[in-house]
Amino acid sequence: MSATRFRPRAAAVMAGGLLVTGLAACGGDGGGGGETTGSGGGTAAASGEGVDDGTELTMWTRAPLERQAINAVEAYNATHENQVALEILPNDDVEGMVGSAAQTDSLPDILAGDVVRIPYWTEQGIFTDLTDQIGSLENVDDLQEGHIDAGTLDGAMHTLPFVTDISVMVWNKDLYEQAGLDPEAGPTTLDEFVEHAQAVAALDQDGVAGSYLSGQSGGALVFTLLPTIWASGEEVLNDDGTEAMLDGEAAQAVYSAYRELAETPNGLGAGSREETGATWTAPFQEGNIGVMPYPYTAVTGMFEDAAFEVGVAAIPGVDGGGSTFLGGDAIGISRSSENVDQAWNFMAWLMSDDAQQTVFADNNDTAASLTVLADGYADADPRTEVANATVADGRTPVARNFNEAFNAAGSPWQLLIQDAVWGEESAIGSHNDAVNAVLAP
Amino acid sequence: MVTHIPAAAERVATDAVSGADGGRRRRRTRERRDALRGWAFITPTVVLVAVLFLAPIGLVLVMSGSQWSLLGGFQGMNSPDNFRNVLADPLLGDAVSFTLRYTALTTVILMPVAFFLALLVQESRRWNNLLRTAILVPSALGIASASLLFYALYSPQIGPLNPILARLGLMDLNSSILGTPGGALWATVVLIVWRFAGYYMILTMVGLQAIPRELYEAASLDGASRITQLRRITLPLLRPTIAMTLILSIAGSLLAFDQFYILTKGGPNNSTLTVVLLIYRYAFETKRDLGMAAALSVLVLVVLVAVSVLQLRALGVSRKEGDR
Repeated sequence: MSATRFRPRAAAVMAGGLLVTGLAACGGDGGGGGETTGSGGGTAAASGEGVDDGTELTMWTRAPLERQAINAVEAYNATHENQVALEILPNDDVEGMVGSAAQTDSLPDILAGDVVRIPYWTEQGIFTDLTDQIGSLENVDDLQEGHIDAGTLDGAMHTLPFVTDISVMVWNKDLYEQAGLDPEAGPTTLDEFVEHAQAVAALDQDGVAGSYLSGQSGGALVFTLLPTIWASGEEVLNDDGTEAMLDGEAAQAVYSAYRELAETPNGLGAGSREETGATWTAPFQEGNIGVMPYPYTAVTGMFEDAAFEVGVAAIPGVDGGGSTFLGGDAIGISRSSENVDQAWNFMAWLMSDDAQQTVFADNNDTAASLTVLADGYADADPRTEVANATVADGRTPVARNFNEAFNAAGSPWQLLIQDAVWGEESAIGSHNDAVNAVLAP
Repeated sequence: MVTHIPAAAERVATDAVSGADGGRRRRRTRERRDALRGWAFITPTVVLVAVLFLAPIGLVLVMSGSQWSLLGGFQGMNSPDNFRNVLADPLLGDAVSFTLRYTALTTVILMPVAFFLALLVQESRRWNNLLRTAILVPSALGIASASLLFYALYSPQIGPLNPILARLGLMDLNSSILGTPGGALWATVVLIVWRFAGYYMILTMVGLQAIPRELYEAASLDGASRITQLRRITLPLLRPTIAMTLILSIAGSLLAFDQFYILTKGGPNNSTLTVVLLIYRYAFETKRDLGMAAALSVLVLVVLVAVSVLQLRALGVSRKEGDR
């Protein structure tokens, strides 16, 4: 009798307990390697070209940069004894998979990650210290700095640039012509950007809008909006990434520009406010958007495939100038790798001008070597040169908690843009405070 | 061998009641042997419970009192910092209130739907087997698969619902069903009702069929209407079943995760953030802090146990069941 009384309650308790604890426990194995500093990897530092002795290397990267990663790995495997086995992780799962692999010491030899996540990974000791190796690279001064800085902790370097993804201003030349704009002249100031977008919006064509914004994707929003602030000579973060200045003059100008477009009929494409980032590049690709900041990795494919002509320029500041978000992935050797010298062989090869040329420049992708950026695109589309020229003025924001403050779903930065463009403008200050609360050490 | 078990169990039971009397030593060795054998029989269960249930809870309790980051692992005890950080998080209040609203909404909709479906298909009439199967099929689908299916249905690019809703004038053709807080909540509730109605219908059917036919016959003879029979016979005798389905539904909804993780990611703007989704975010997305995730898990566990016990009390299941 008492058994019948007990059972439902016990079942409810157990079901609840198992479900809850199962979730929280799955990231930990109870062992917990307490390594917190950025050293590790038992092998003695090898400089120069590393070792090419036919070792099987494992490598992780994330899905958005799949094409470039495959290009790199195939080119390396074809010319080396070492063979790299590439695994592509879904963008949203990267953090969790790296975390559980770190706890069980089963990280791959080579790990590429979104550059905004790199500072935190480095601080948590995910990477092997490569200061000596990187220092021994002949062309280290010729490499794009943002991705090296992101992995530098207390002077120790851990990462090199892997795939560079930059943001540029693109416009639809066909729509520009219909709107009576000069199809060869993109916006050079923030005001021109608004004017052009409004001119296209005024066409009042079905489904066509002036511009587009990925309102629910913090990652796309930093990628597209921050360059205007930098190009205007203002900062977004302080030097050590512990404080944000998202309520500065240039930032406010950016918000009100988009607010003006949001209030214009057809100013911002339908779904801008709800766009979570999964499909934010589609409307422009389909020829329905006049002008918008855009990832260059998605532009090159349109040169031949799109049904309209694409214009490319630097993302302008409030009164001119230009900048770009140096995004993409940095690459390093994990702390659990037992093949540091072999993995370094891959990285050193990738940094060579030859590899930069064949893997990136020849595919219209952005190279990390400034020499190749300047000379390697003679046969490339002139628009690629325009995009490459922005790299010199480009920036990568570095902050330990950048992911939580900006990129994560529902981040305070995302809420700030929602209010600044569509909601309560007066809330910008308090959202900036919320960003600061996350960034503060 | 097998026949020994009930005999041995009975002997232990009667011995325990009647007390000791004569032949002590022999009985004692026999008792010890019985006890050992008893332990041998329950060992697998004990091991399972310990490994699958007690150990994880123990680990989570330790985690909740430690600084334990996703990438760095265990870094020393820091109790009670994790609990303080969790309770100070402005997102927690929103997540709790949304989870409660969602739980109330699904339960209020799901329970009556399941009950009436069960009444509908209870009798074995001609089409009822087909009907039962049709209603039950969604339950064979995992919540994650069902969520993906609905994600496609709700998609403004490929889903069939947008044009329909747009034609009815309920929404703009190009905006997303999941794009507004209300839309995202209702879209998820529809998914969950579709997925679970059949499951709860079966549970309720089992309860219905356990009610003796004679009661209804006697009531009919006394001239009780169908409504009176429903109120005076079905509902009271179904109480344990209703209590169980209520607890399952409420506990399940309080722990909602998959459907929101796939359909809304807690968006738009954190408006559909559930408590378990917040645990996931602490662990893998924002804080990358397993300690904080564990602390919130412990809080949820405590609340869940309390809610389930209160529910059983309120529905009077424990006493009634015990006395009958």
